[in-house]
Amino acid sequence: MRELLYRHALREALDEELAHDENVVLLGEEVAEYNGAYKVTEGLWDKWGSKRVVDTPISEAGFIGMGVGASMLGVRPVMELMFWSFHSVAFDQLVNNAGCVRYMAGGKINVPIVVRGPANGGTNVGATHSHCPEGLFAAFPGLKVCAPATPADAKGLMKSAIRDNDPVFIMENTKLYGNLGEVPDVGEGDFLIPLGKADVKRKGSDISLIAHGRSVLHCLEAADTLHEDHNISAEVLDLRSIRPLDLEAIINSVVKTNRAVLVDESKPFNGVSSQIAALIQEHAFDHLDAPVKRVCSLDAPAIYSHHIEDEQLPNARRVVDQVLSMA
Amino acid sequence: MQDPSAEPPFAAMDFSSSPVNRSLSPQDKIDFYRTMVRIRRFEHLALGQYQKDKMGGFLHLYIGQESVAVGAVSLMGENDHVITAYRDHGHALAVGMSMDECMAELFGKVTGCSKGKGGSMHFFAPDKNFWGGHGIVAGQTPLGLGLGYALKYQGLPGCALCFLGDGAINQGVFHESLNLAALFEIPIVYIIENNGYSMGTSQTRSSAYRDCLAQRAEAYNMAWDLVNGEDLYEVRAKTHIAMERARKEHRPSLLEIQTYRYYGHSVADANADKYRTPDEIERYKTYHDPIRLWERRLIDEGHLTAEEAKAMEKEATKETAKAIKFAEGSPAPTVDDILHDVYWEVDEDTEAGNTGRHFFND
Repeated sequence: MRELLYRHALREALDEELAHDENVVLLGEEVAEYNGAYKVTEGLWDKWGSKRVVDTPISEAGFIGMGVGASMLGVRPVMELMFWSFHSVAFDQLVNNAGCVRYMAGGKINVPIVVRGPANGGTNVGATHSHCPEGLFAAFPGLKVCAPATPADAKGLMKSAIRDNDPVFIMENTKLYGNLGEVPDVGEGDFLIPLGKADVKRKGSDISLIAHGRSVLHCLEAADTLHEDHNISAEVLDLRSIRPLDLEAIINSVVKTNRAVLVDESKPFNGVSSQIAALIQEHAFDHLDAPVKRVCSLDAPAIYSHHIEDEQLPNARRVVDQVLSMA
Repeated sequence: MQDPSAEPPFAAMDFSSSPVNRSLSPQDKIDFYRTMVRIRRFEHLALGQYQKDKMGGFLHLYIGQESVAVGAVSLMGENDHVITAYRDHGHALAVGMSMDECMAELFGKVTGCSKGKGGSMHFFAPDKNFWGGHGIVAGQTPLGLGLGYALKYQGLPGCALCFLGDGAINQGVFHESLNLAALFEIPIVYIIENNGYSMGTSQTRSSAYRDCLAQRAEAYNMAWDLVNGEDLYEVRAKTHIAMERARKEHRPSLLEIQTYRYYGHSVADANADKYRTPDEIERYKTYHDPIRLWERRLIDEGHLTAEEAKAMEKEATKETAKAIKFAEGSPAPTVDDILHDVYWEVDEDTEAGNTGRHFFND
């Protein structure tokens, strides 16, 4: 199978959906003539022109709200937040308008938008640019949230999100954009990954490592170490989609391994892992041989210093240590 | 009784002969009167029901401002769309929503326009090009922009009307919207319904400006105008020009329509008579009431008699009473209803809607 960079897999998804539906329009800061701050949209303005790929001013509340309004009349905006961290200046539009307007209209309206961009720490840009709001937005009924870890998932989820008739927020990762991974050839037909389906990235029998986004890669690395150095067989479950959530896959894995470590780049208080932990104790309590443990970002605003930031985030060593603490 | 000739109306010019008004039939003019009267009766009687605890939450009454919604909405064609803030009952009735569905929404009943899920501030009728009803001050201003964006994107010859209050003009997102509207050449007309008070704070205590609020459009190289809202002819004449500018040239406008509300910011506004004098309210009611002025106008033009006006008021009262009965007799939503209308894919029972957990109640 061919290999693509994560950013190119995303670009391929956007390109295919621009071709698939003439109502799809890309909007965001520097997405067109500049080719994207992180080059996800590179070449798309050249190919599709200024009607389909639109540069916006630095005005997140304005252009996100504009996209929500346009979607009510059938346009399907795919809007880039240069960083998901900038959600805070567009919060009313993202939550009250994108998330609640259908409900307040008694179901007479739907909002088929995608908001996408990177949401991660680890790039030494300090607290304002390092937020991971996937748990925050998944807490609002009416919104959907995905966080793909691999190029193939990035492409398949992006395409499904654009075709979805509800608002979908896709949280990418600047640390993943340059990663290579296998992606099915275009000749094999439309490659769609449904929202709400988790993926077992590595099978195992002793413990479940449950994660999303870049944390999945830390789990895979940790699973290697656990296997080689400690003879522990760890299963790695990639949630891919936070809401809708594949509860069945989570429970199946825990029922099989009887132990779980949740790895989540969010902060521990009300992170995605908080919700997963609650669901596991509700649905698989009798199958647990140990308390559910977590590896989250250390509970402080994101530190700038490149000497230490990686230790604030989940990493393979922290995952291994947490697993061994449960033995 | 004060002498009605003591203070003339603000109107200095006669807009009855502007093209968009000259083409009106007597019946059109009478219909405007009827709609304004219906809005006022609806609001008065809704207030009575609120005071009887028939509804929860807030109730922002439109009484005093009727000519603004009725005048502007009367200019809408099939490709024109409208959106407003939380003082939305007047716009709802003006676009043709029924009193039944509006009153039932206030009563929190399943027969309400939003099935009892929106309430007073969140009326919607997409089938009548009415996109709400929005509770956060200025939150609707970029949504209106999006309606205009979609019209232009799809090549439709229409425009968006986006109403806001004078209190909304100091929100950041409104300025972002003005910038985007001018920058992207969006067919939109922003209408500030300036009733003089952002809740309990007067215009001079809340906004910095030179001559008027709409003048802020200058900063965005956008057309603007100041409109005397007590005169339905003027509202129509000036709004029409802005709508044509939007439809034909894809250029936005900012209108400031001066108007007045007789009641508080909402009926929960305990200080409604404290931050302004009773004299001020009385003066507006006596000299500047848009319905009375329109009535006098139609009588002068020979299209209406005082008796016919009275009869229309009675009819509106009857219609509202019937709507109250309808609302009263309608069922409330059930616990089961709470979880519908959250996700389109779930409601439509699609494959996507059936994949993964969407709700986390158990």
